[in-house]
Amino acid sequence: MLLIHCPHCREDREEEEFHYSGEAHIVRPLEPENLSDEEWGDYLFFRKNPRGIHHEMWHHTAGCGRYFYATRNTVSYQILETYMVGEKPQHTADSAGASQ
Amino acid sequence: MKAVNRLGSGARTDSAKTINFTYNGKPLQGVAGDTLASALLANGVNLVGRSFKYSRPRGIVGHGAEEPNAIMQIGSGAGTVPNLKATQVELYEGLEAASVNGWPSVNFDLMAITGWFGRLMPPGFYYKTFMYPAKLWMTYEHFIRKAAGLGSSPVQNDPDSYDKLNQHCDVLVIGAGPAGLTAAREAARAGARVIIADEQSEFGGSLLASTDIIDGLPATEWLDAIVAELQGFANVQTLPRSTAFGYYDHNFVGILERRSDHLGLTAKTGARQRLHRVRAKQVVLAAGAFERPLVFAHNDIPGVMQASSVSTYVNRYGVAPGNDLLLFTTNDNAYQTAIDWHNAGRTVVAVVDSRLNPTGERVAAVTALGIQVMAGHGVIEAQGGKRVKRALVAQLNAEGTQVIGPVTKIACDLIASSGGWSPAVHLSSHTGAKPQWDASIVGFRPGKSQQQERSVGACGGTYTLRGCFEEGASAGAQAAMLAGFGDDSLMFPVPEVLDIQEQPQQALFLVPHTKSTSRAPSQFVDLQLDVSASGIELAVREGLESVEHIKRYTAMGFGTDQGKLGNINGMAILANALGQSIAETGTTIFRPSYTPTTFGAIAGRDVGELFDAERYTAVHRWHVEQGAMFEDVGQWKRPWYFPKQGETMQEAVDRECLAVRSSVGILDASTLGKIDIQGPDAAEFITRMYTNSYLKLAPGKCRYGVMLKEDGMIFDDGVCACLAENHYLMFTTTGGAAAVMAWLELWKQTEWPDLQVYFTSVTDHWSTATITGPNARKVLAKVCDDLDLSADSFQFMDWREGTVAGAKARVFRISFTGELSYEINVPAHYGRHVWEALMEAGEEFDITAYGTESMHVLRAEKGFIIVGQDTDGSMTPADMNMDWVVNKNKAFSFIGKRSLERSDSVRENRKQLVGLKTLDGAEVIPEGSQIVFDSKQQIPMSMQGHVTSSYYSANMGHSIALAVVKGGHSRLGQTVYCPLANGRTIAAEIVSSVFYDPQGERQHVE
Repeated sequence: MLLIHCPHCREDREEEEFHYSGEAHIVRPLEPENLSDEEWGDYLFFRKNPRGIHHEMWHHTAGCGRYFYATRNTVSYQILETYMVGEKPQHTADSAGASQ
Repeated sequence: MKAVNRLGSGARTDSAKTINFTYNGKPLQGVAGDTLASALLANGVNLVGRSFKYSRPRGIVGHGAEEPNAIMQIGSGAGTVPNLKATQVELYEGLEAASVNGWPSVNFDLMAITGWFGRLMPPGFYYKTFMYPAKLWMTYEHFIRKAAGLGSSPVQNDPDSYDKLNQHCDVLVIGAGPAGLTAAREAARAGARVIIADEQSEFGGSLLASTDIIDGLPATEWLDAIVAELQGFANVQTLPRSTAFGYYDHNFVGILERRSDHLGLTAKTGARQRLHRVRAKQVVLAAGAFERPLVFAHNDIPGVMQASSVSTYVNRYGVAPGNDLLLFTTNDNAYQTAIDWHNAGRTVVAVVDSRLNPTGERVAAVTALGIQVMAGHGVIEAQGGKRVKRALVAQLNAEGTQVIGPVTKIACDLIASSGGWSPAVHLSSHTGAKPQWDASIVGFRPGKSQQQERSVGACGGTYTLRGCFEEGASAGAQAAMLAGFGDDSLMFPVPEVLDIQEQPQQALFLVPHTKSTSRAPSQFVDLQLDVSASGIELAVREGLESVEHIKRYTAMGFGTDQGKLGNINGMAILANALGQSIAETGTTIFRPSYTPTTFGAIAGRDVGELFDAERYTAVHRWHVEQGAMFEDVGQWKRPWYFPKQGETMQEAVDRECLAVRSSVGILDASTLGKIDIQGPDAAEFITRMYTNSYLKLAPGKCRYGVMLKEDGMIFDDGVCACLAENHYLMFTTTGGAAAVMAWLELWKQTEWPDLQVYFTSVTDHWSTATITGPNARKVLAKVCDDLDLSADSFQFMDWREGTVAGAKARVFRISFTGELSYEINVPAHYGRHVWEALMEAGEEFDITAYGTESMHVLRAEKGFIIVGQDTDGSMTPADMNMDWVVNKNKAFSFIGKRSLERSDSVRENRKQLVGLKTLDGAEVIPEGSQIVFDSKQQIPMSMQGHVTSSYYSANMGHSIALAVVKGGHSRLGQTVYCPLANGRTIAAEIVSSVFYDPQGERQHVE
């Protein structure tokens, strides 16, 4: 069971309090009507499934009720950081690759 | 029966205190400190079970979690526990034990006949035999289970209670042997909060059976002192009888503490077991090692045991499990068993050592006792029926791969074997650390740490006592420092012990026989599941290569012992058959649980009434008093129907439905989700979420909306009311309330943080009474005098604030029945008062309380959908014939809009909502029935849709159904068929989904 730091509550809390809410940083297209079915389909359905660094959304459902982002290693399940919506991650696949 | 093998008191038993117990109904005596296994051995009981596949007699082999054979059913009645290992069951007065396999008894086992056909049951037998025909599987399975035994579950409810504890600590030490004890002591002295857990009844691990001298004291005395020292620390929690069964992410460890199992099933001292959910900053694994048995022909006959187990029974329990011992070893370490046996006053027939020239200190000590050491030899076969009678010993080549000398028969009744040790890498494997083969210790060491943990002592591959102490102490200090305590320096001197010079062991995983492996008598690798060396080789010949596949094909390591004894030998034999190194072959992955964990402990208190929270409305007690039947909707208890004396459900529902359409009914609608939405951008936000627009919705007005997911599929529906400028109340479905709330928050927080809008769940704040029917207005008028209820003033889809029965109320004129309806919302604690006032006011109109079933029938008569019943996450508004609710001209591309134009969303032949009218009006189609167009076609038929809602409608006088049918909107008037599971077919005509009052005139009551 993961131990997750909620950046809003500023506490480490058990995974049971949270809901995973999918991949982070997917921006909704501003003009959906101007997209082809294929482009819209990419936005709707296609998600990264990386082996390693992944940025994801979490919802502190049984806590403050707020969403935040986490950078998690999908191999080790290590959470490298959690950060606010609107912020950029400090750890990325590129930075992890560079540091190895 | 006399305890023929009792030597007297052992280091941890007291022979003056006898304990009575029964085994298979026979009364026996053990002593205080015994396990069930040591007590059975003391009484000369060596046959304790039958093997899984061949039903061969099996005896006690080990002394702990590794035991594969002595599987027992303990106790009887509601508290009975199946499949416990006798080696881990502490003896208590009155204990009832029974062997679990062996039918009709272990001594006379009918199933042993399958032993004669052993060659007919090769590995993969189940796959090969039972794949086809599939329907016979149930028959086979029944027979196999009966034959296999493996205990029986209690049929009554568990009378015991169990607790879960959430724990936090700085340093968690798993295992309280020499390494764990010193680790805990160093961490404790540094000031860290320490938990130390051990699966045995008392701390000490290998020290409990040790004859070593530590700091000038016998090992067991030194042990008592350090345990007392640990217990003296305020910052140390000691947990004996506590098995760390799983190591999960982020240093989360599950520990099962058995609190009263050792006191007997009737001893009630609070919770029987506790599940400690421990989040540790640092973990020290000191889980020890398992001795590896040697694999020779018929090594499964009772009387073949682990060398260390023989020593443990002698030293710790004062029990000698036999008379004439033959020790078979590949290492110096096991010579201690010969010394212990000799000192117990029994005969060591010989020590057989596979090495050519053993000369270590223990070897010399054994030779000095006058015991014959047969170097360069091996036990190639054991002989005997239900007990070992002799060993066949022969000279081996230097590599231990061939018999090169004549075979000698040596009489003995006990063969102790030792093929070295295998570190207990299980918990470190749980973290994802892949065990690494290390030829220098002939074993797998824990892989690179993936979490904040380190393995010390035997589970890290260090077997000397001094090494265990040193590693334990340093790891304890280091773990404490990393957790923020101390500076990594040792606070205590490392305990002083005598070093014993040892020579290297030999790697010997399969002892050769004069015959080839496939021809030799079975050489067992996994005793519990009857996996033999020849079986593994056969699996390789049949083309299997991966260790994981071989495991599943042969079932090696699948038993309740999870292959703790046999796996390494099996992998080595596999590697040899594949012509690979062991490192290349690798191991299977160990996963939780390390040992079986009871469901009771996992469930804890979350059973019965506490299994899940129940939510009640403010009027709940009234419903109960009226004899309502309840339906679970999410966590809510909703009245389902209100049967009067002697009424069936159908009769009650018919009466309720007729009452609504003829006079007036009342429904408790408090469970509908309610979200209060405020802010300058509230209207804009709501308009983005629903398919229609709320920008021009005036205060006092309501609008029905449908919410889509971004894929265009219906997600929720409900009415949204404008309470005031920038202030709205959104109703959601009962089951969807939490999901809708999270959905709104998701978009607001992550996509449009710039919008000023705020959401508050107010579901529980309001009690909602819906009165509906032609007389609804007359009822309301009697309890509300500050609202103009006239049809012109208070119109359909209006809401008003007023006073109902003295309570401040929000009254919504919205309808889910098609009748004139008022949904009266009052603060929850006025709920019952207002409800009863409405009942009283409605008495003259015979107001009828109705439940969810009638609500479903009434709305189906009108063709109103229920999200989640008539939709399933793949339905667009158009599919539901609800294009009217979609406003495609809104400025903002609302959630899901673009998806409605996707090629798949506009495809013809989508499943579309229609009504079904059975040709026989009395016939109600089962919900979920599949729909076909041609009932005469071959099976499998081409399925064209399914029935989503189906009822008998008393108002219509016939059954009604809603269904989704491919291209249904253009198939009105066609006949479709619902083939039922029983072979019957129901024919129905596709009709409009609106059965009742299609013009919607009913709610315009003057």
